[in-house]
Amino acid sequence: MLDATTHRSSRLPDAPGVGYKPQHFTEIVDDAGPVAWLEIHAENYMGDGGRPIAQLRHLAERFAFSVHGVGLSIGGEGPLDSEHLARLKHLVGWLDPASFSEHLAWSTHDSAFLNDLLPLPYTEATLARVAEHVDEVQNVVGRRMLLENPSSYLAFEESTLTETDFLREVARRTGCGLLLDVNNVFVSATNLGTDPISYIDAFPVELVGEIHLGGHDDDEDDHGAPLLIDNHGREVADPVWSLFDYTIRKSGPKPSLIEWDNDVPEWPVLKAEACRAAKVLEAATA
Amino acid sequence: MSKTTKTLAAAGAVATALAASLAVPAQAQTKEKCYGVSLAGQNDCAAGPGTTCSGTSTVDYQGNAWTLVDTGTCTEIELPAMADGTPRMGSLEPIERDLPS
Amino acid sequence: MRVNQTSFRHALLDPEAARPDGLSDGMGRPAGRRFDVYRNNVSVSLTEALEVGFPVIRKLVGHDNFKVLAAAYLRRHPPHSPLMMHFGAELPSFLADFEPTRQTGYLPDIARLELAIRESYHAADADPINPAELEALPPEALIGSRVQLAPALRQVRSPWPIFSIWRFNVEEGAKSPEMAAEDVLIARPDMDPVPGLLPSGGAEFINALLTGATFGDAMDKASEASWDFDLPVVLTLLVEMKTIVEIGG
Repeated sequence: MLDATTHRSSRLPDAPGVGYKPQHFTEIVDDAGPVAWLEIHAENYMGDGGRPIAQLRHLAERFAFSVHGVGLSIGGEGPLDSEHLARLKHLVGWLDPASFSEHLAWSTHDSAFLNDLLPLPYTEATLARVAEHVDEVQNVVGRRMLLENPSSYLAFEESTLTETDFLREVARRTGCGLLLDVNNVFVSATNLGTDPISYIDAFPVELVGEIHLGGHDDDEDDHGAPLLIDNHGREVADPVWSLFDYTIRKSGPKPSLIEWDNDVPEWPVLKAEACRAAKVLEAATA
Repeated sequence: MSKTTKTLAAAGAVATALAASLAVPAQAQTKEKCYGVSLAGQNDCAAGPGTTCSGTSTVDYQGNAWTLVDTGTCTEIELPAMADGTPRMGSLEPIERDLPS
Repeated sequence: MRVNQTSFRHALLDPEAARPDGLSDGMGRPAGRRFDVYRNNVSVSLTEALEVGFPVIRKLVGHDNFKVLAAAYLRRHPPHSPLMMHFGAELPSFLADFEPTRQTGYLPDIARLELAIRESYHAADADPINPAELEALPPEALIGSRVQLAPALRQVRSPWPIFSIWRFNVEEGAKSPEMAAEDVLIARPDMDPVPGLLPSGGAEFINALLTGATFGDAMDKASEASWDFDLPVVLTLLVEMKTIVEIGG
């Protein structure tokens, strides 16, 4: 359990943010619109210098930052990569972001990094391991982290806990916060035949430090059932906006991120998505 | 090389290098230059791959085979054999069998 | 049925392998092709990473062939670091060995050049000296001095015309490569790495400086290696590319 006094006082604003893409650098500086904060994937800023670090230093003077790790493999069966943890500590140390988060997933096994967020069963054994890893991350990096719910394409027969109970319990044991990806909730619920509203109702929204919104693609499984793919390659879908609206009414305004990682659009398109998120957040305040 | 020769050569080289550097107007360290996106999309290539936390709906190409129809610019490059006879072909090896994976 | 990550990983990278048991669609049916979403994510994301990292190799072999090459490479050399900026380090040796490419002798050196450009892009920053400092130094002092070069500097030496091949593929209208051994200097005068052709003896001169030789000793090394070593051309290149970080010591 992380000592509450090590929490950083500043936090992300309860406003829209976007996943930062270098091609938007100039426009973000000139015309951010409602965008109040930026999120980066930690691993892309672990080089020694050059343009990525220069851009980050420049933007950090204007925007609050969220560091979002995608490669730590917190759900891995093996031990955490201590070199990678040290790199995270270094980045979080010099950038001093308002938020730091990672995924409930694994990506490294036997030293091979698979470059995808892979699923894990929800059992007492995996719960104990994930809680241990989250503890280790918070101790090494020296601050509280947020853990994000994954998008699921399949279920493990051995699972004995629901995802919401699993996340709640990790947070209880470690003191970590949660990152609620509303698109992932919708994708997983559609793919596994569950109800997204019930998921939000069961989610400990009081622990949510950040919300993610992203686009998904449509496919189908062997039986013709819908299979949504979390590809972050288009606008946020309408039912996901509705679910976001429902969530914000329950939780109150939260820092809410638009993720767009594939087929990245021109800045005005991304800004328009942030404007849409801003309206939902403002409506909840009114 | 004697020390005098070297000293003279170094002095000459410095003069040439400075003349060349002065001929090009000093480039202003504008924000665009330092932090912005480079021209001609060089930046994206030079940065190399980044990570993402998204999935993909593109399909895997593992089943595809090497083809000579799609040979790229290799076919436009004609280089001779080395003097020692080592082949230095500008073309790619045709392959009929399944590829090792 | 417990699914461990060893069996999951094995099935991810081998499309012929059976999908692990114990995975379902959440509604009581086996997961089936739902597992292939993960197979796809791994294979496609790593293929795309190689495409971004090796644009010239991709252009040389053709886009469809590159996907075939990437599919084989990512299974033989999966990344061992979550930093995708380092992925592909074994591509040169892979290309020398891979049956469809091993006869095309220059490909490994082009891959080395593309790796060096990427390394240069992410290397540490260092302010170059004002060129006037060179002039202010008496020539006798200069030849006895050690020169510190920028961390973003890289060299790739090849018996092939790799600079000409590279340029042929990235610059519109660049002339077709002719047979020659070429050494390439990569430096980062601003934020973008710039490859430049090194004249004869240039690589020996720079290597000597990098290993701590004095300016004068580096001149000797370069002259021994190449009778036509042209110091003014090499020094002009080093100054213009802003590679000199410190002189002295």
